[in-house]
Amino acid sequence: MTAEVASRSSAFRFLHKLPIRLTFTEKKSPLLISDLAKENDELKKRTHILECAWNQEHDDEEEEEEVTENGVGDGEEETDSNHDIYGDIGNRAPNEFEKIGRFTTFKVYIAWLALFVFAHIREYVTRFGFVKDLSSKENKKLKDFVPLFSDFEAFYQRNCYIKVRDVFERPICSVPGATVDLVDRVSHDGNWTYEYPGTRTNVINVGSYNYLGFAQSAGPCADQSAASIDKEGLSCCTTVHERGRSVSQAKLEKLVAEFLGVDDAICFSMGFATNSMNAPCLVDKHSLIISDKYNHASLILGCRLSGASTKVFEHNDMESLEKILRDAIAYGNPKTHRPYKKILIIVEGIYSMEGSICNLPGIIALKKKYKAYLYLDEAHSIGAMGKTGKGVVEYWGCDPKDVDILMGTFTKSFGAAGGYIAGSKRTVDHLRVASPTGYYSSPMSPPIAQQIYTSMSIIMGRDGTNDGAQRIERLARNSHYFRMKLKQMGFIVYGSNDSPVVPMLIYFPTMCGFYGRQMLERSIGCVVVSFPATHMTEGRVRFCISAAHTKEQLDYVLATVDELGSMSRSKFSRRSHLYKNQKIEW
Amino acid sequence: MSFIPESYHIYIEALLVAFIVYYILRTRARRQQERLSRKLTERQKDELIAEWNPEPLVPETPQHHPVLNPKFADGKMTKEVTIDGEKYLNMASTNFLSFIGVKRIEERAKQTIFKYGVGSCGPRGFYGTVDVHLELEKELAKFMGCEEAVLYSYGFATVSSAIPAYAKKGDVIFVDEGVSFAIQKGLQASRSRVEYFKHNDMEDLERLLKEQEQRDKKDPKKAKTVRRFIVVEGLYVNHADLCPLPRIIELKWLYKALSMIDEDPNRVQKVTKMAIEGQKKLQDSLKNTNFVLQACPESPMKHIYYNGADEEEEEKQLDKLVETVYSKNHILVTRARYLDKDEMFKIRPSVRIMFQYDLTEDEIANAVEAIGNAARNN
Repeated sequence: MTAEVASRSSAFRFLHKLPIRLTFTEKKSPLLISDLAKENDELKKRTHILECAWNQEHDDEEEEEEVTENGVGDGEEETDSNHDIYGDIGNRAPNEFEKIGRFTTFKVYIAWLALFVFAHIREYVTRFGFVKDLSSKENKKLKDFVPLFSDFEAFYQRNCYIKVRDVFERPICSVPGATVDLVDRVSHDGNWTYEYPGTRTNVINVGSYNYLGFAQSAGPCADQSAASIDKEGLSCCTTVHERGRSVSQAKLEKLVAEFLGVDDAICFSMGFATNSMNAPCLVDKHSLIISDKYNHASLILGCRLSGASTKVFEHNDMESLEKILRDAIAYGNPKTHRPYKKILIIVEGIYSMEGSICNLPGIIALKKKYKAYLYLDEAHSIGAMGKTGKGVVEYWGCDPKDVDILMGTFTKSFGAAGGYIAGSKRTVDHLRVASPTGYYSSPMSPPIAQQIYTSMSIIMGRDGTNDGAQRIERLARNSHYFRMKLKQMGFIVYGSNDSPVVPMLIYFPTMCGFYGRQMLERSIGCVVVSFPATHMTEGRVRFCISAAHTKEQLDYVLATVDELGSMSRSKFSRRSHLYKNQKIEW
Repeated sequence: MSFIPESYHIYIEALLVAFIVYYILRTRARRQQERLSRKLTERQKDELIAEWNPEPLVPETPQHHPVLNPKFADGKMTKEVTIDGEKYLNMASTNFLSFIGVKRIEERAKQTIFKYGVGSCGPRGFYGTVDVHLELEKELAKFMGCEEAVLYSYGFATVSSAIPAYAKKGDVIFVDEGVSFAIQKGLQASRSRVEYFKHNDMEDLERLLKEQEQRDKKDPKKAKTVRRFIVVEGLYVNHADLCPLPRIIELKWLYKALSMIDEDPNRVQKVTKMAIEGQKKLQDSLKNTNFVLQACPESPMKHIYYNGADEEEEEKQLDKLVETVYSKNHILVTRARYLDKDEMFKIRPSVRIMFQYDLTEDEIANAVEAIGNAARNN
């Protein structure tokens, strides 16, 4: 069973192909990669980074190995500032993707079939005028025009999405902290229009990306951002290349570079545009982009705009990546029969829909072996991972200088907006000069830059307290506790045990509406996702754990989920017996 | 009743045939793939990999580039800005209505931070919609006289994601050559066929539309599914002139295309008068020099060009003008900067001058005189 789990969790798949057997779920003895490496040259080559990182850690904490039973050290190490809350690096929790039986998948398809059959019936009934059509229609004057909305997407919106629209796009009217106030709304016409009676509901917020709890309307962050309005105003009203390099942004860029431990950094005012507008500055049509299967839409748009050839490798699968790399270098561009000028591997730190953590040591080893470049998108992981919040690079004990482009956003852990790209001075200088955002859009608004500056200073401990360190530790504990509890209850949860993104699989599209509504009734605001954001058969509830959550809040959410899970029979896991007798401590 | 079993037969047979075809195609594809990968042995691949030397990720950047040596303005970008302790008159920012530094707006912004925090920590679909967004959208729709409006958090991303939301592969987009970079990116992302017409040249647009009509006549079946769009800008940021909207709308009805207007930056009544007068004065003071001003009179943003032998000379002269006004008269104007290598069409170098609501008549007169003097002495 464990071997099967490990081979499915592709993080270390390449290790399993080798003659030595390693299992990452069964952690009776710590993984001795250094010993194994002596026996196998190839392994040594491939895992060089991992080995170094592990050895370093190993020297520090030989006596603490016994503590780490479940991959996460629990208990008494709060005093030791050097200790890694996730356990040692050689023993990182694997990414799990438990499969369900074919019969359940078949049932999910049946559910979709039923949905579409009824959608078609509804479509005909409205077309012949039996039911009033409330969807947005084109102007009558545009009758002869080719219709603007005619494809499947519009059909899906009109007939399927609209049925459960009430569980999405819920407006809020307070700060999205551990709890959030939702604006109440009622619809009398099947979710086409809403009326707002003016009341509000306070719910526990497990939907926002507020990992470190910096979404606050009081405290040092809010005070200092408000003060910066007096100093620098609300906007610069000009582009960076014309007269708009603002003091606040320059100050922030310096701090970001320092935080990440690299030469230089450049900030942008929108996270999505950081990816979509800057990827084209790095590669051209003579280059190849190798992109992970589950990369975010902004990266995909960036790839498309760059004009480079794009190849996709299986999610987190090092074997697949290596094969593509080898073939790409050996055969060159199949259209022009010329070798590629450069190869850029694009991966994310934490995948927001899968909750999985990228296998950075493996990717860095491959990147070095094949002289490719690496673009790491830490949108979700920056701040949320690593013992001092420096993202997956720190989580894996890698050197940030081995990653050519470190990208991340400020929307999540820092409670602000915007994104950054960090790296060598040469890379950042090039982006300063070549990035279209510098020519055509204004720099970050000063209060937003200030919010990031203050929250980042707190994470770095510059404010003289250990508030930042406490937040990071709380987040790690909360995430691990929440995930283990869900697994114990018998739910299928994707991803790594250390990831604060917790996708709980409910498979059926119809279940999305059920969970969204029932959770709201019990005062919990959560996110449900289904097609087209995920695969058709993999609808899920996504919880985003925050450092702001208390244990009591998490326990309440868990109890509710347990109740709903039994009610809807969505505890699909066949592995809950593994966790049955395990004591899960917060 | 005999009908049902018979059709049942047909279905099964069709399924079988489909399966056989699929199987053949699959084995063929697999064999082809195998052949491809069999071409080189692993050792040969290793050799090739060892030989391969990629280019550096980014080219070297010259360190004297102006962006790498910025001058920082302290404080707010209002009418007056302070750079290195000295005051300058700001005619370089797009703050046409002088809303920067207005206490009432700033106080409301602070109250908002103390109520909602700074970030929304989520996309619109997942608890990122704040009630303020909904109110603003409602107001905007009312202001523009439309049914609904949608907000984006980043101006640059608005048009470049709105275009691909409507125009898809196989559609046709007719675009003015003078559109801004953000629109060009949107067109690229849409993967539609893009037809450019000369800047503000309605005859050229009509020619393209007629060509499309011919094409449609040849293939009426396809014409029924091809959506046509016209994309123009309200006030062209690269040229500072307006689009001939009435004529475009006329053509739109004639040829059944859908038009999208990107109205940016906003034109507002209050600055219009100032802009018209300023243009006249500037034109007067630039008489008998090689500098010319081109803009629609109502636009609060003006472009000054230089009639030189080649582009290099033009750029040099314009840079000199900006520098002279900056150091001698303490007036902040700016060269219009473009990402030349990525722009679809070459844009003529220019100096951009912006009028804003707060400027007094004296200040404008001084600025005009200073620019005129600098132009004559260049």
